[in-house]
Amino acid sequence: MSNSLAPDFTGRITRPAGPIVIDIAGVTKLYKMGEEIIHALRGVSVEIRRNEYLAIMGPSGSGKSTLMNMLGCLDTPTAGRYEFTGKNVAHMEDDELADIRNREIGFVFQTFNLLPRSTALANVELPLIYAGLPPSVRRERATQALQSVGLGERMLHKPNELSGGQRQRVAIARALVNNPSIILADEPTGNLDSKTGVEIMALFEQLYELGNTIIVVTHEEDIARHARRIVRLRDGLIESDGPAL
Amino acid sequence: MARLLYELTESFRIAFAQIRANKMRSALTALGVIIGIVAVTLMGTAIRGIDIGFERSLAMLGDDVLYVQKWPWGNVEDWWNYQNRPPLLIEQCEALNRVIASTPNSLLEVAVPMAQRGSAVKVGENQVSGIAIFGTTADYSRLMSVDFQEGRFFNETESTAGRQVCVLGGDVGEALFPGRSALDQTVLIKGQPFTVIGVLAKQGSFLGLFSFDAQVLMPINAFRKYYGIRNGGTSLRVKVTDKTRLIEASDELIGAMRRVRSQLPGERDNFSINQQQAFKEQLDPVKSGIALAGLFITGLSLFVGAIGIMNITFVSVKERTKEIGTRKALGARRRTILLQFLIEAVSICLIGGLIGLSFTYAVCLFLEHYVPSLPVEFSANLVVVSMGVSVATGILSGFMPAWGASRLDPVVALRYE
Ligand SMILES: Nc1ncnc2c1ncn2[C@@H]1O[C@H](COP(=O)(O)OP(=O)(O)OP(=O)(O)O)[C@@H](O)[C@H]1O
Ligand SMILES: [Mg+2]
Repeated sequence: MSNSLAPDFTGRITRPAGPIVIDIAGVTKLYKMGEEIIHALRGVSVEIRRNEYLAIMGPSGSGKSTLMNMLGCLDTPTAGRYEFTGKNVAHMEDDELADIRNREIGFVFQTFNLLPRSTALANVELPLIYAGLPPSVRRERATQALQSVGLGERMLHKPNELSGGQRQRVAIARALVNNPSIILADEPTGNLDSKTGVEIMALFEQLYELGNTIIVVTHEEDIARHARRIVRLRDGLIESDGPAL
Repeated sequence: MARLLYELTESFRIAFAQIRANKMRSALTALGVIIGIVAVTLMGTAIRGIDIGFERSLAMLGDDVLYVQKWPWGNVEDWWNYQNRPPLLIEQCEALNRVIASTPNSLLEVAVPMAQRGSAVKVGENQVSGIAIFGTTADYSRLMSVDFQEGRFFNETESTAGRQVCVLGGDVGEALFPGRSALDQTVLIKGQPFTVIGVLAKQGSFLGLFSFDAQVLMPINAFRKYYGIRNGGTSLRVKVTDKTRLIEASDELIGAMRRVRSQLPGERDNFSINQQQAFKEQLDPVKSGIALAGLFITGLSLFVGAIGIMNITFVSVKERTKEIGTRKALGARRRTILLQFLIEAVSICLIGGLIGLSFTYAVCLFLEHYVPSLPVEFSANLVVVSMGVSVATGILSGFMPAWGASRLDPVVALRYE
């Protein structure tokens, strides 16, 4: 580790920001509900660099998930510019976006979203299958990922044999396994009790310190405080964007 | 390429896990396919069986024999034109043989007369009736397509002298001399004693219509003594030298017959040349009509099975919408999702198809063993075809729901509860 990783006044280390990963400008998103048009995002501009740990906050309905889906290339903006590691993804086709999601992005969901009939190991191998890696490599990397989240002993369990916190760890291992440029977590502790939530946030902290870029959506200040930077949304607009205190 | 392979393997794994997890539902859905495949394959074996029975029947006629008769085989509309044709006579057969002998490189080998009458055959108190009695010459043995169970055919001397000897069809021999040899025994035909010199092997019935085993053959000169040679009862059979040149042989025979019957040039033939090929042409459309209708009806049950598959795939897609969203978030392309659900549909169909096919196989074994007269035939083709049909059913019925799944918007799918 380089000597620039000086602890800040809270005792945490903050990694120096790297090159730009995400660059969106003037992004809007409209949803049509019958006659009614909903402006989920009204013109959002944000720049996110490698090695950042960012929290997106805001009240319910403010557009956090919409923005997150956009950043994760699950959705495309109605208007505006989106460059992901320099590539314009605003108008990409479905399958191109799928490949970017596979290689560059790791998702962690509030509801874990594990395949119920597959073991933890098989769940973590899934993104590697879509990456076209052979079984032996898949097994090795999935095992490593599970060990790194502390589930080396539980690899052959199905999701219904795991606790909520363990399920979320499997999901995080799955997000990590393909070495993505960025990890996106939408309310990752929303379905967990506060103690388990703290454990999961500690895991994110650890991943950040190991050099991952992380974006967490949350509406809890306690959770957001783990991040180094906080973007606040209100009614589809950025209200504030600055370092976490 | 490798990626596709890994995706396929994963899809099969998931498909079987899915089937295992929903045993009852999968079993009920597969049942529809099982019934469909059983219906279609049983119909297939039946059609194949009919085909084989038909071929066997035609073989009894001989594929190198031309029949000279007053009537053509098959339907005629202007029957009165045929009714008034002069009869075929034994003398004409002799004349025809002389023409054949004097023609260099003739495609015809030999002609025999066939006079026919229905009669009873008796041995002591034992009697079988409705037997076809044929009078012919020793040359008949040259165009016979059947073997001897015992004994021999009558020879030239016995034939010309009109000796009272006879050859029995398989069923006649068995009925009159059950469990013992018929050779040198005496049978009564039209009250006259005939010595049995041969018994033919059994051939079975012709298209299930009449038996070739319920016949008795005797020298035509003996036949003539007791039955006379009436109008209409006689026909000629002519063996050809090369059965690959049947049409040329037929043309030669027409010319020869016109000479024998002193027909003037320009006059229409007053006889018909028949051969098994013509029979085949007559019956082929009937046969394929039956096959088509049968396959259509049984195909309907398969169609119902396919609808069941489509339904279950729609349900599966609906239930797993969120999973589809997750997979897309992890990098599944449209193709991946499409294949996954297609493979699920195909897997159920394949399982159903295999069960159905095994059932059909069992039925065929049973029929072969207990009802051997029913012509059923379980062929390797049937396995290939029914597996093909199963896969096709899976693909066709699974396609619509799988297509829908592959086109789902990932965000919408992820939000689905
Ligand atoms: N698929 C959709 N169709 C219609 N409207 C939508 C859709 N997705 C989001 N919206 C609307 O867009 C707005 C923003 O939604 P979004 O889910 O981004 O909010 P959020 O900040 O994530 O809220 P929460 O904290 O409750 O998750 C809301 O008004 C929502 O109703
Ligand atoms: Mg949300």
